Amino acid sequence: MTSEITKVTTHLSPNEQLIFERSQKGRIGYRLPPLDVEELPLDKLIPRNFQRDDDLESMPEVSEVDVIRHFVRMSTWNYSIDLGMYPLGSCTMKYNSRLNERVARIPGFANLHPLTDERDSQGALQVIYELQQHLIEITGLPEISLQPAAGAHGEMTGIMIIRAFLDARDGEGASKRRTMLIPDSAHGTNPASAHLSGFSVKTIKSTSEGLTDLDHLRELCAHGDVAGLMLTNPNTLGLFERNIQEICQIVHAAGGLVYMDGANMNALVGVARPGDMGVDVIHLNLHKTFSTPHGGGGPGSGPCCCTKALAPFLPVPRIVKSGESYRLDYDQPQSIGRVKAFFGNYGMMLRALSYILTHGNDGLREATEAAVLNSRYIAEGLTGTYEKPFSSPPMHEVVFTDKLQARKGVHTLDIAKRLIDYGFHPMTIYFPLIVQGAMLIEPTESVGRQELDQFIAAMKMIAGEALENPELVLTAPHTTRIGRLDEAAAARKPVLRWKPKAKADAA
Amino acid sequence: MRYIPNSPEERAEMLAAIGLGSAEELFDSIPETLRLRGLLNTPAALSEIELLSRFEEMAARNAGARRTTFLGAGAYSHYIPTIVDHVISRSEFFTAYTPYQPEISQGTLQTIFEFQTLVCQLTGMEVANASMYDGSTGLAEAVLMSERVTRRSKIVASTSVHPEYLEVVKTYVQHAGIDLELIEFDNETGQAGATLAAAIDDETAAVVVQSPNFFGCVEDLTTLADAAHARGALLVVAITEAISLGLLKPPGACGADIVVAEGQSFGVPLSFGGPYVGLFATREKYARQIPGRLVGEAYDKQGRRGFVLTLATREQHIRREKATSNICTNEGLIALAATVYLETMGRRGIQEVAQQCLQKTAYASQRIAQLPGFSLPFSGPRFNEFVVRGPIAASDLLSRLAGEKEIEGGIALSRFFPDLKSDFLVCVTETNTRAQIDALIEALTSLFANKTARTQP
Repeated sequence: MTSEITKVTTHLSPNEQLIFERSQKGRIGYRLPPLDVEELPLDKLIPRNFQRDDDLESMPEVSEVDVIRHFVRMSTWNYSIDLGMYPLGSCTMKYNSRLNERVARIPGFANLHPLTDERDSQGALQVIYELQQHLIEITGLPEISLQPAAGAHGEMTGIMIIRAFLDARDGEGASKRRTMLIPDSAHGTNPASAHLSGFSVKTIKSTSEGLTDLDHLRELCAHGDVAGLMLTNPNTLGLFERNIQEICQIVHAAGGLVYMDGANMNALVGVARPGDMGVDVIHLNLHKTFSTPHGGGGPGSGPCCCTKALAPFLPVPRIVKSGESYRLDYDQPQSIGRVKAFFGNYGMMLRALSYILTHGNDGLREATEAAVLNSRYIAEGLTGTYEKPFSSPPMHEVVFTDKLQARKGVHTLDIAKRLIDYGFHPMTIYFPLIVQGAMLIEPTESVGRQELDQFIAAMKMIAGEALENPELVLTAPHTTRIGRLDEAAAARKPVLRWKPKAKADAA
Repeated sequence: MRYIPNSPEERAEMLAAIGLGSAEELFDSIPETLRLRGLLNTPAALSEIELLSRFEEMAARNAGARRTTFLGAGAYSHYIPTIVDHVISRSEFFTAYTPYQPEISQGTLQTIFEFQTLVCQLTGMEVANASMYDGSTGLAEAVLMSERVTRRSKIVASTSVHPEYLEVVKTYVQHAGIDLELIEFDNETGQAGATLAAAIDDETAAVVVQSPNFFGCVEDLTTLADAAHARGALLVVAITEAISLGLLKPPGACGADIVVAEGQSFGVPLSFGGPYVGLFATREKYARQIPGRLVGEAYDKQGRRGFVLTLATREQHIRREKATSNICTNEGLIALAATVYLETMGRRGIQEVAQQCLQKTAYASQRIAQLPGFSLPFSGPRFNEFVVRGPIAASDLLSRLAGEKEIEGGIALSRFFPDLKSDFLVCVTETNTRAQIDALIEALTSLFANKTARTQP
């Protein structure tokens, strides 16, 4: 099938094979300096039965030109922030500055080994320390670890800290406190992270307004088994939990702690601080709020900030300042331990610090305002065309549904796929789970008014198409290299790797 | 702010268009008492020129980054072909999200499919995932997975596994009802002790070893796999120096059930410890127990081949607390770097890098062993790292090498094993020239060898 040539459509090179299919015996893509020491017989160094004997058969043999063309062609099949608006709700797809990339590649950082003596890595430790100080100021929580490698990793860290705190505070009694409360609108990572820390999960209902149901919260807190609450704020419906202080009081009065999922901090930076709301521990996503690139699915970075009371439980090592120098502090006997080798995703820390310094304190606030304004502008622009299930004004993201279009058989997935034909990446779909046919739209501050208007216009045209020509929407996208893929078939009989032809046939 | 397209005037017009009088009103749903009065106490904005010079100043305080280096222990200096950074710097890759919309993410998806294939080929395993955060968290996930697969709760691990990896495993299992038993390494061979196999019983979910291990010694995986399987346990193999796979028998061929590796050696800069990329591979029969994302082949209505995220019912966004892991964002871009590296170096390049590492390490280790006052305490076969026992405390020795000779000579083992005061771990790769190795020998000789002869007649 790969030998068939498809005519050029919107993609210049639709025919790029897998590298293994391109591979030709004898092609070379590298050159090393010749070995400059006497070569000893292999068997003298490594026993024969420990040696590889397959000669790496079937690994690719290609030239450098093959590699470049291969990846450049494949890259053209991707949508990206640099191409246009990428309104994935709760993902904060904002501009990834080239300056930050340049900073991360400065040789004094890029070539530094993580086990270099403290004395010879002061600049690197200073970067960590300064970023820590800024994130402390931004969250209003006085203690921090930058070790977690992603948001879910930061969640796990935060919840383990809660567990360790309760175990230390309550001793044996803590074994009765093993329930983590999580709203029904939460990310799936929340319950998964709670489970990793040995908690069972109870779900809190949302009100018809889209906020945490306080009565249900009080009821769940009355059983005496509550370890804590995991809350996203603004929540995943894009709404600020305006009762946040009362929520924290209820949980605290019941002996629990409040964990905030900081996925949506892009609505709050420079405007309000979780620490002032009564939150005990939070994770941030440097790859969302602080613009480090998503990279097609990572790397992320998920710093964990907490109160003084929780500080003894943070992962080791802590990075501290003594006098004019920076050092690693391992002397934290109550710490939950390490969550990752070395210090975390350091390259992301450099980029995030560069983001904060480039914006300045006024620019951080300006970005938040612009992000919320863009979201409100879309909310206003699409109201009436799509059902907006919650009437209160959204923060940085807004949720709509497919209710009006579903009457004609057009659903959220179809609207999302049709949006691709208009040149936009779709919004987050079918999340949060509590809203049927949810479309969660987060434009971020990185989109100008013309593009917002185009997006609104595209969504309105799709709504029109859904009425007049639903088939057009149901079969979208029409302009991509491939159409909708049969995901059910892919999961039934998964093919997760390439195999050489003969072997594939034999299998 | 130059990253915000809308000018203040445009924003004022937009505010008016949605019926608001000021930006402050955007935040009306936040109780007034919670809103900040003034600006954050973070620095004022820097221009590009100012910012770069600030970071350059800080970078200049990292003397370690400029020296000849023999540091390894989980992070390695290897040659990175120029095209790796070029490819990962393409907007289409680095500014894309997790490929949730396959029709406009085929570049990322096909790359991950190739990555999964390469990981299988290198490790000799049948399936691999789209990546973990790094080797250490990959190992922790492997331990949790072995509990799911076997429904047993005891893990036996050798202390010859990277100490930081073991610390991470400890953190991950502390609330999982898993009993982690550490078995001392053999201080003659530097390999896992004979007692490791003896510690496996009918409660054991998995045996955990690293090969080449923390001391650079290659472990006898086949024997360990047989011992594990005889009691119904799994063999979990961790690898920190993935280049070794170019030369050493792949764990899959030795009988390993789960293989995790740190992929930093495949085209990823040291960058003070991250971001790196964890490789995770296992047997086909355990595919539905794998943590993290998987990409599989799929076809559209016209029969055109593409790739999608698949077997998602294992994952947190569907299974929530019953998911195989909480991992969501992984290390996509770094997995891309590793893929570009592996395809560029290719079948022959990976073998040649491994060969050069081995040969140069043999050259360095044999010369150091001949120096008066110096010895190699472990007899196990080594790949590109080895432990040296010196005449004085290793931390003092290394700090003089750095300060007086501008050489990062190794890592003092006392950092992890307080009893091994005079031992340090040396790593040699294809980037170390013979001249650099000779300079290290010369420095050790001039600074320490003669003195030892005097103090220890």
